[in-house]
Amino acid sequence: MKALDRKLWRDLLHLRGQVIAIILIVACGITGLVTLMSAYDSLKLSQATYYSQYRFADVFVSLKRAPEAIALQLAEISGVSQLQTRVVVDVTLDIPDRHEPATGRIISIPEQPQPMLNDLFLREGRYIEAGRRDEVLISEAFANANHLTLGDRVGAVINGRWQTLQIVGLALSPEYVYEIRGTDLVPDNQRFGVIWMGREALAAAFDMQGAFNDLTLSLTPHANAPEVLFQLDQSLERYGGLGAYDRDQQLSHRFLTDEIDQLQVTAVFLPSIFLGIAAFLLNIVLSRIISTQRDQIAVLKAFGYSNSAVGLHYFKLVLGVTLLGAAIGTGLGLWFGSSITQYYTNFFQFPILRYEAGAGLILTTLGVSLGAALLGAFTAVRRAIALPPAEAMRPEAPPQFRPTLIERWGLQRLFPASGRIILRNLERKPIQALLSVLGIALAIAILMVGRYMGDAVLYIIDVQFRQVQREDVTLVFNEPRPARARYALNHLPGVLQAEPFRSVAARLRYEHRTHRTGLMGLEPQGELRHLVDRQLRPVQLPPSGVLLTATLGRMLGVEPGDRLTVEVLEGDRSIHQVEVMGLVDEFIGVAAYMDIQALNQLMREGQTISGAYLAVDRHALDHLYEQVKNTPAIASMAMRQTTIDQFEDTIAASLGIFTGVLVIFACVIAFGVVYNAARIALSERGRELATLRIIGFSRGEIALILLGEQALLTLVAIPVGLAIGLGLAALLASTYDSELYRLPFVVNRATYLFAAGVVLIATVLSGWLIRRQLNQLDLIAVLKTRE
Amino acid sequence: MGHPQKQPLHASAQVSPSSEVFHIQDVSKTYHMGEVEVRALQQVTLNLYEGEFVVLLGPSGSGKSTLLNILGGLDLPSSGQVWFRNRNLATATDAMLTRFRRESVGFIFQFYNLIPSLTARENVALVTEIAAHPFSPEEALQRVGLGDRLDHFPAQLSGGEQQRVAIARAIAKRPEVLLCDEPTGALDVQTGKLVLDALAQTNRDLGTTTAVITHNASIAAMADRVISMRSGQIASIHVNETKVSPAELEW
Repeated sequence: MKALDRKLWRDLLHLRGQVIAIILIVACGITGLVTLMSAYDSLKLSQATYYSQYRFADVFVSLKRAPEAIALQLAEISGVSQLQTRVVVDVTLDIPDRHEPATGRIISIPEQPQPMLNDLFLREGRYIEAGRRDEVLISEAFANANHLTLGDRVGAVINGRWQTLQIVGLALSPEYVYEIRGTDLVPDNQRFGVIWMGREALAAAFDMQGAFNDLTLSLTPHANAPEVLFQLDQSLERYGGLGAYDRDQQLSHRFLTDEIDQLQVTAVFLPSIFLGIAAFLLNIVLSRIISTQRDQIAVLKAFGYSNSAVGLHYFKLVLGVTLLGAAIGTGLGLWFGSSITQYYTNFFQFPILRYEAGAGLILTTLGVSLGAALLGAFTAVRRAIALPPAEAMRPEAPPQFRPTLIERWGLQRLFPASGRIILRNLERKPIQALLSVLGIALAIAILMVGRYMGDAVLYIIDVQFRQVQREDVTLVFNEPRPARARYALNHLPGVLQAEPFRSVAARLRYEHRTHRTGLMGLEPQGELRHLVDRQLRPVQLPPSGVLLTATLGRMLGVEPGDRLTVEVLEGDRSIHQVEVMGLVDEFIGVAAYMDIQALNQLMREGQTISGAYLAVDRHALDHLYEQVKNTPAIASMAMRQTTIDQFEDTIAASLGIFTGVLVIFACVIAFGVVYNAARIALSERGRELATLRIIGFSRGEIALILLGEQALLTLVAIPVGLAIGLGLAALLASTYDSELYRLPFVVNRATYLFAAGVVLIATVLSGWLIRRQLNQLDLIAVLKTRE
Repeated sequence: MGHPQKQPLHASAQVSPSSEVFHIQDVSKTYHMGEVEVRALQQVTLNLYEGEFVVLLGPSGSGKSTLLNILGGLDLPSSGQVWFRNRNLATATDAMLTRFRRESVGFIFQFYNLIPSLTARENVALVTEIAAHPFSPEEALQRVGLGDRLDHFPAQLSGGEQQRVAIARAIAKRPEVLLCDEPTGALDVQTGKLVLDALAQTNRDLGTTTAVITHNASIAAMADRVISMRSGQIASIHVNETKVSPAELEW
């Protein structure tokens, strides 16, 4: 090792406290970067490979019933590449050893395996055998959640009759990477699963022989997608088409793509904060080293070391710190990344979710760390280079002080001498003080963001599942029923109250914007489903007209008072003008609500219902389940409490980890910033403080002068950090504002206290460490040594 | 590059040395320290000859250090010419000055300026690693009598030992000139003599042109020539007929 490199190494050892603090910050940033980027790469690549190898379709449409022959015409539409007709039905399932009924989505597959759109990956078992009508493949996630294995049998209500299906294979489909039904947010693999069944058997059971009720197709590379959708809708209108949509509206694809996009955003955002702070700390540490080593720089130059050799020497120091941090961060990041990717298999069903961390990622990491190092080293190293050797030999000119603003205002009487020293120091290095404040503030902001997510989720659960959805159970019939069916529901075991609803598939249109959704008819005096506005005030359902969720209103660009065009996609497919009477606020999905009678009138039908919300006696649930399983007219049943549990289990668990990691990260930042700033102040002002001690200041008083500066900075940083945190939370709330769900902008008081408290503790802790070093200040030695 | 016309300087021309190493002409230097302007050198003209031992004498602030810095290529004059052999240092670029220092000059400072994080051997190696035909660090340290303290850190050495490490570091590259800024300023008499002895010995054995700055007039007796400075100007130049060995100095 060269002598100069030895010096470098020993300098690093000497500064180990500060160096470790910076290494940790770099490591946090790089950990975040590697974790998120590798998870991003892994998901993105898995998605792309899966989609292309298993021919994920581009366009999807459901309809009532169309003759198979029409498929040939549809295939002629310009831009259509491959087309596949299917029969798709939702049925109630009876899983052995499980009381609650589950919903199965049965999708038809060819009798013989053949390449098809949304092709199946067979994880276990075999394909169905032609002619064996009871053989099915079921989704792997559903099978695992319900402990089903090959050869097991499940009961299903198929066309009004119980039938037993035998599992011969476990499969996955690119169409159900996120296996979710309706407006759920997280998959409930116990209660919802996809089942693939031979086309003939399924068609026979549902009177679909020579016909289909679902269609998927792929597009040619340069197809005009909107035009294809339009023509499909036109052709399928008379067959009860429910509106064609492309991948952007496909539920599984949207969730997966949202997740991937968010990973990418976070992967840029989070590490930037850390590396920015690391660069700032490197800069102040290096500046300090360079000013204490003025004479050493001079000697090196005097003996003929070139400017670039001296510059490189100090840059290496920064590089060493950064690369060490990057190495730790990369190691941790790869570990976290593979854990996170593993964790994603809880939500996303891929044949293989391979963990991807390629050379590209490592190069990016290197580049980013190098960038941070350069950013941090630039001004300080430039100063070392610019230092003329002869000048370097002389002690540094005393720093220039001037009366602070406060003194110029004549307020100095309010401050003791120590206070004035603190203020003058801060004012002399305003940029450094500003960056310190910013660093601490960002730590607070990060903490707030972590807690905000939890606050928002709690709020969603409270509003959506306790104030809006008050029912215990939602039942959906397999087809619309006369309103008197509600009385039958009242007689189901344990039912305390039943409120029917009518749900009609429709396309809402305003100007050029359209959205396909269900029109939901509710009883205006109902108690099980409340509509609320943003302030959670109840909204009364008007006798005519429609209420939209705010998200839907924004998507369509309508305001209360505007008239929407409603194209009903069922029955006589009539088209109506309906006035928007107001907006309601919900966090999950989008919806349009009407008075159930008004909706019946709009449909020109008698009193008709699609299902009902039930309040039930918990103790009678098992009887209810039993009865529901034996009622073929009931297509699906959803329990509010299981939805809440599922939501809390999955989201809260991952949020817990997320918040925990952010707390560690934020503490590292707060500690790193405060400790470094105070440590440097101690080395810069050791003489000054020793002098004060000698002239009679107590340890406490000099500690106050040194640490008071940091305390003041932290106090200033707290409101700044809370404000930044609030801004970031607002930013997140607006980012997570999609058709699928949105995050409310609510920050609990506890979150403010938590964020400020954690940072204060980190500050006190680093102050305590510095205070210990201050107590060891050797008065005589400090005065003897030449600065 | 033309050689400037040289003026014979006082009586010094009669000192035996063969040729000039330095020739400086009308050199002035003004620098800024914080908000204060310091006129450190005013119109100084001087020659230094090969192999001679020169003592620059003067009170603090008389400009000796500035003169030494300019001779060593650490600093540039505000005006005037500085010739080292046939190179004009006054107009040299930073890279040229660096090469000049790397190849030709050894520095010794009052406060030793050792790198505290490096051992004696490593401090010397710092220089030998970038020099063309150096002594080995061990040999350089042997020469100053520190062969047995190779692996000590500066903090483990006495002041005199530290200064001798600095001398070893300066002579390790076999420089043409040795520039010493108050080399005994921080040392007691006995230790100071030891250090001066090491310098005299180097001057004698290696024929290195040596300039020593001091405000201690008694050191002047060991020099070939004594140049006295005051207020940024040369006050007088005195040639010693007989040199005294460092051991015989009194102060």
